[in-house]
Amino acid sequence: MYISASRAADGTRPRPRLSLAVPANVLALGVVSLVTDISSEMVTAVLPLYLTLFLGLSPLQFGLLDGLSFGVTALVRLAGGALADRGQRHKLVAGAGYGLSALSRPVLLAAGGSVGALGAVIAADRIGKGLRTAPRDALISLSAPPGELGRAFGTHRAMDTCGALLGPPAAFAVLTLTGGAYDAVFTTSFCVAVLGVLLLALYVRDRPAPPVDRRSAASPRAVLGLLRDPSFRRVCAVATALGLVTVGDAFVYLLLQRSGGVGPASFPLLPVGTAAVYLLLAVPAGRLADRVGRVPVFLAGHAALAAAYLVLLGPGWLWPVLALQGVFYAATDGVLMAVAGPMLPAHLRGSGLALLQTGQAASRLVSSVLFGALWTAWGSTPGLAVMAAGLAVCVPGAWFAMRRRA
Amino acid sequence: MTSARRLAVLLAALAVLGGGAGGYATWAAHRDPAPARVADGGLRPGRLMFRTATGRVAGVPLGAPSAAPVAAGPACDRFSTAGGTSICLVAGRGTLAGTDAVILDRSMRETRRITLAGIPNRARMSPSGRMASWTVFVTGDSYSRSGFSTWTGILDTRTGYAVTNIEDIPLTLDGRRYHSPDVNYWGVTFAPDDNRFYATVSTRGKTYLVEGDYGRWRARTLRENAECPSLSSDGTRLVFKKRVSSDPDRMWRLHLLELSTMRETPLAETASVDDQVAWLDGRTVMYAKGRDVWSVPADGSGAPAVLVRSASSPVAFP
Repeated sequence: MYISASRAADGTRPRPRLSLAVPANVLALGVVSLVTDISSEMVTAVLPLYLTLFLGLSPLQFGLLDGLSFGVTALVRLAGGALADRGQRHKLVAGAGYGLSALSRPVLLAAGGSVGALGAVIAADRIGKGLRTAPRDALISLSAPPGELGRAFGTHRAMDTCGALLGPPAAFAVLTLTGGAYDAVFTTSFCVAVLGVLLLALYVRDRPAPPVDRRSAASPRAVLGLLRDPSFRRVCAVATALGLVTVGDAFVYLLLQRSGGVGPASFPLLPVGTAAVYLLLAVPAGRLADRVGRVPVFLAGHAALAAAYLVLLGPGWLWPVLALQGVFYAATDGVLMAVAGPMLPAHLRGSGLALLQTGQAASRLVSSVLFGALWTAWGSTPGLAVMAAGLAVCVPGAWFAMRRRA
Repeated sequence: MTSARRLAVLLAALAVLGGGAGGYATWAAHRDPAPARVADGGLRPGRLMFRTATGRVAGVPLGAPSAAPVAAGPACDRFSTAGGTSICLVAGRGTLAGTDAVILDRSMRETRRITLAGIPNRARMSPSGRMASWTVFVTGDSYSRSGFSTWTGILDTRTGYAVTNIEDIPLTLDGRRYHSPDVNYWGVTFAPDDNRFYATVSTRGKTYLVEGDYGRWRARTLRENAECPSLSSDGTRLVFKKRVSSDPDRMWRLHLLELSTMRETPLAETASVDDQVAWLDGRTVMYAKGRDVWSVPADGSGAPAVLVRSASSPVAFP
């Protein structure tokens, strides 16, 4: 029930405070994410070069490695949430995830050119990522007052994105300074990742649920039982439905490139534009969500996405499309967690958030298959129009569904 | 732990980790001695050209491939040459993964540089040296998670006109006009007329051999399951990679295709080769396998043999 989250803001209407303070635990988690994202994006940026030019793998073999395991990460994410809830060990499970990803770096060098070993290393890194996501978000939602969750998640996402933007330049700087030593990039990335784990250990604190709540363990049945709560079920349904009419970023960048405004050399910079806008707007969007309500901001984010599709269908302007995509992420990613967090009992927070994230990720996967099929059958323009129309139907529908409850 | 102690632990860790990373990088930067300067042999007829282990373009006499290589050009990640013009793909050293396609003249001087996204994959010149083509592949970044796609470009060095991604070429697949967002082209090979070309197109998990017409700007599929074609100098046969297994270590087998009959013949090389082969002469093809360049008869007879040690991107300049 989203109103329980906004009641603190809407019900009593305290004046929004001018203080910029964010709970120390949220800041600590933000720094951990920033550092860890620098580390992981360093590897992501050079891995294709390393695998193909240095180890001599074919693009197809690389594709097999890269396409590993949406299914695995989804299952691991659910497991991570449940494990963390059981015994309220969010910090421990998140730390295991960060640690596993960190350890995968040196093993990457040891794997050499064996596709099987490389696959195992990359899978370990992604399992680590899947494992830590839900406990981390649960900790954020448990560390900030319910009325300030939007700002807390916004701050975390901004720091996370900042790390992701810093990683690739850091990797290529190491590569340039060492004359192309990939092992130096992986070693540096490992050291940065260890720093992230250490920061987590030193500065992040667990927020166990009050003992009263611990009676029902986070069994699969209890987790699925969360869906019996009508408000949380509604959020899951809305997030999943909207995910189905969301066109994957890769398609959007492809369409931008085809509309002609993007040189071949600047194609990899398109996601950077979106990420930069996301970084700038994540905190303001979170604060706005705390003030005017999270559901309206979440839906407004999808309206921005629909606007991006309309621009893409019409004049195809580059910057407005990238900026609107950035607005979409800023207004939806962390905000959705802030919507859902207060609906979930503290002792099932991690499992519930994992369930929501997994539903959303699965529906986006389906949507990219769907959009690919539409493109093949009718062409890109009608396909995009269908998705925009889908958003135009789903956003008001979602507003109606979530409002009626209020 | 008190905050002062935490800070002390953090600072100590920063010193150790920073020192470790910096120390390793410094060591890595200096462990390889600078490559010795070698007198440039330039591009001369009668040479077999290739990339050495350091990436520099070098050559040996066509008749004596085991002779000591003589450096002949810049460092490239992929190289090809024909008719006095060369193409050199170099992975960029910028802040993002990028590739430069560099066109070189007879004296290996740069005449054109095209900046591309992605990672070098294939490079070819048409037999006359007029048409240059290349393939890079662009990986999905962490925000999009789309796997990879290939971008294949063609440059007409006479007019200077470059197409950096040929995937908008009208394609006829199995006799019908075909549209799909997931078409990817790679591995172009040009016929002696500088107009007809062959390449691989992939869509929906299948690969096809396509025949393209550069002037009319259209392409049609000829058959399924054929990658990285390489046309013989008389333009009648091509050698390609056929996908024979889903095991990533035994994926392809080289085959010959007679264009007049569309009959295929497996070559004697049984190991999986991931390269666009080059023709050493009218009867033999060569390719990179492991760290060396190998050759094998193009008619299915004989056996593979090492041609040049520690080399890749072989190309004959008769």
